[in-house]
Amino acid sequence: MEKGKRIKVLVAKPGLDGHDRGARVVAMSLRDAGMEVIYSGLHQTSEQIIATAIQEDVDVIGLSMLSGAHDVIVPKFMELLKKSKKDNVVVVVGGTIPPIDIPALKSLGLKEIFGPGTPTGKIIEFIKENVA
Amino acid sequence: MEKERERKFFTLCDREIKSVYTPADIQGMDYERDSGMPGEYPFTRGIHSNMYRGRLWTIRQIAGYGSPEATNQRYKYLLKMGQTGINYIEDQPTKMGFDSDHLMAEGEIGREGVPIDSLEDMEIAFDGIPLDKIGVTLVTNHHAIFAMYLVAAQKMGFNLNDLRGTIRNDPFTCLNGTKTSSYPPEAAVRLSVDIIEYCLENVPKFNSTSITGQHYREAGCTATQEIAFAFSSAMALTEAVIDRGIDVDRFAPTLSFFFDVQMDFFEEIAKFRAGRRLWARTMRERFKAKNPNSWKFRFAGQTAGSSLTAQQPENNVVRTTIQALASVLAGIQSLHTTSSDEVYALPTEKAVRTAVRTQQIIAYETGVINAVDPLGGSYFVEKLTNDMEKEMEEYLRKIEGMGNGSILKGMIRATEEGYFQREFYRSALEYQRAVEKGEKTIVSVNKFVVEEEPELEILKISLAFQEEKIRRLQELRARRDNVQLQKVLGTLKEAAATKKNIMPYVIEAVSLYATEGEIIMALQEVLGSWKETPILC
Repeated sequence: MEKGKRIKVLVAKPGLDGHDRGARVVAMSLRDAGMEVIYSGLHQTSEQIIATAIQEDVDVIGLSMLSGAHDVIVPKFMELLKKSKKDNVVVVVGGTIPPIDIPALKSLGLKEIFGPGTPTGKIIEFIKENVA
Repeated sequence: MEKERERKFFTLCDREIKSVYTPADIQGMDYERDSGMPGEYPFTRGIHSNMYRGRLWTIRQIAGYGSPEATNQRYKYLLKMGQTGINYIEDQPTKMGFDSDHLMAEGEIGREGVPIDSLEDMEIAFDGIPLDKIGVTLVTNHHAIFAMYLVAAQKMGFNLNDLRGTIRNDPFTCLNGTKTSSYPPEAAVRLSVDIIEYCLENVPKFNSTSITGQHYREAGCTATQEIAFAFSSAMALTEAVIDRGIDVDRFAPTLSFFFDVQMDFFEEIAKFRAGRRLWARTMRERFKAKNPNSWKFRFAGQTAGSSLTAQQPENNVVRTTIQALASVLAGIQSLHTTSSDEVYALPTEKAVRTAVRTQQIIAYETGVINAVDPLGGSYFVEKLTNDMEKEMEEYLRKIEGMGNGSILKGMIRATEEGYFQREFYRSALEYQRAVEKGEKTIVSVNKFVVEEEPELEILKISLAFQEEKIRRLQELRARRDNVQLQKVLGTLKEAAATKKNIMPYVIEAVSLYATEGEIIMALQEVLGSWKETPILC
């Protein structure tokens, strides 16, 4: 990462999940930590999220999922992302992901999964360390 | 004064609490005027004279998952466990008005509720349930879903006059809370009044509106805002109903509310007591309602999902118990106790059984039901009640101001301008900061932390059923009388355009096996659609 360049993050809500408190609190916390943050709003398709990520040239995509549909939506998202020209972006997931589902999701190439109760400070630190 | 652990003590919603309360704190309070006997105006102490001595609150677990069949089994299981009401919830595609074969429904079918595409699904979900004896709450705003329920009930042999229950039908919570509204604000309000009018004339024992503060609270707002914003929604809808030419005393007795019950014990109890008094005064003084049943603040509640922790999840049973006890001491009418595993997913049978048992233990073992409003007269609780009522009134004045004297106009403007988003998420962020600074404690999250992998059985939703659901839907589309259906959908659009009540047309369409998505798309062609413009505050 170039010195002095602000980290740019897209916080996105894929699928029909309406639980947006976590995504918004994380988005505001990252912004207050000095990052440039774009919040997608609700009900985004994987295609829409990837298009925004390319257009805005973000360093990080944070997917927020509390609907239980992560086991279908995240693999599809990662597959589309790999085929796009944005496959070098850091992807993290936050939400109610049961521990039993974590290994399979991580094997898809996303960097980290933040479960309920994660302090925003931990997410900020992780992003700073992982955006090269 | 003896030394205290902290310099100041605050409630969950940052209300400063003194060390002790005395008669001086409730000076000027008049028992007859401000409390009154239970069952009497202003109902501060309860809406019934004998409360739970006459009838217990309804144990009503929100349920729906996987398939209509699995949901039907869950309803029967819950009734067998001693649940006394049914609480239907649909999956996210159904909530958003998408059929199961819609592109956006991929991976979402049956995850957060029951997937209902057509009358066929509704018949399966409620098969064998005595709909004239068990009150059913339908957590939906959709005319199509309500119509399917009514037609399914009639096909099962029930008369519309005998159906008991409640439909959510709150346009403002769909716009600002769940953000699932299919229509823009004005159209959404008009369509809600259609359901109200239809119920009053055709399904007289069915409560046509359950105004919801719960989503706002879970999104982050405070206890007083939760009640105030639900009241402003209810008042807005009351204005719209009166504009339709319906007498307030016909509508108001069928109106109820739904709230969150959070961790701060006395703040929650005072919240509901204040709500009862404020609602009674509002209906009598502002809307000039004359029927005492119009003045009664009837509410259901759900213990707070957002208070549950993924860390040491077994502790969630304790949290739920405390919240359920607060609900009962506050005089609740119907309660969903959240299961300990809902921090990750919909509950397993075992977890939901414990949630039901929690209510039963409170009802049958603790004795807290013996006397009505046992905390009434506590200097502390009465003072909190008084203070919270005043704060609620301030929010009502603010929203009324936004509409230049009309709460309905104020609510529409507040929705369109993102007022609620800013209020909810600003306080959600403040709360998160307080937790991270250690100013607020969440046991097992920022204090008494144990490093361990939680052991938790999780309810799995079958992915195989999602394909089966789509196949069934496509077979249905091929099988039904599509020519006749198109004609009926045409008359539905005309009704929507000419401001006729759409319910009879929706009922005709669902009887021909129109899907929910088809009906909503037809209505959106005429009335437009809605999407929140997100604001980060």
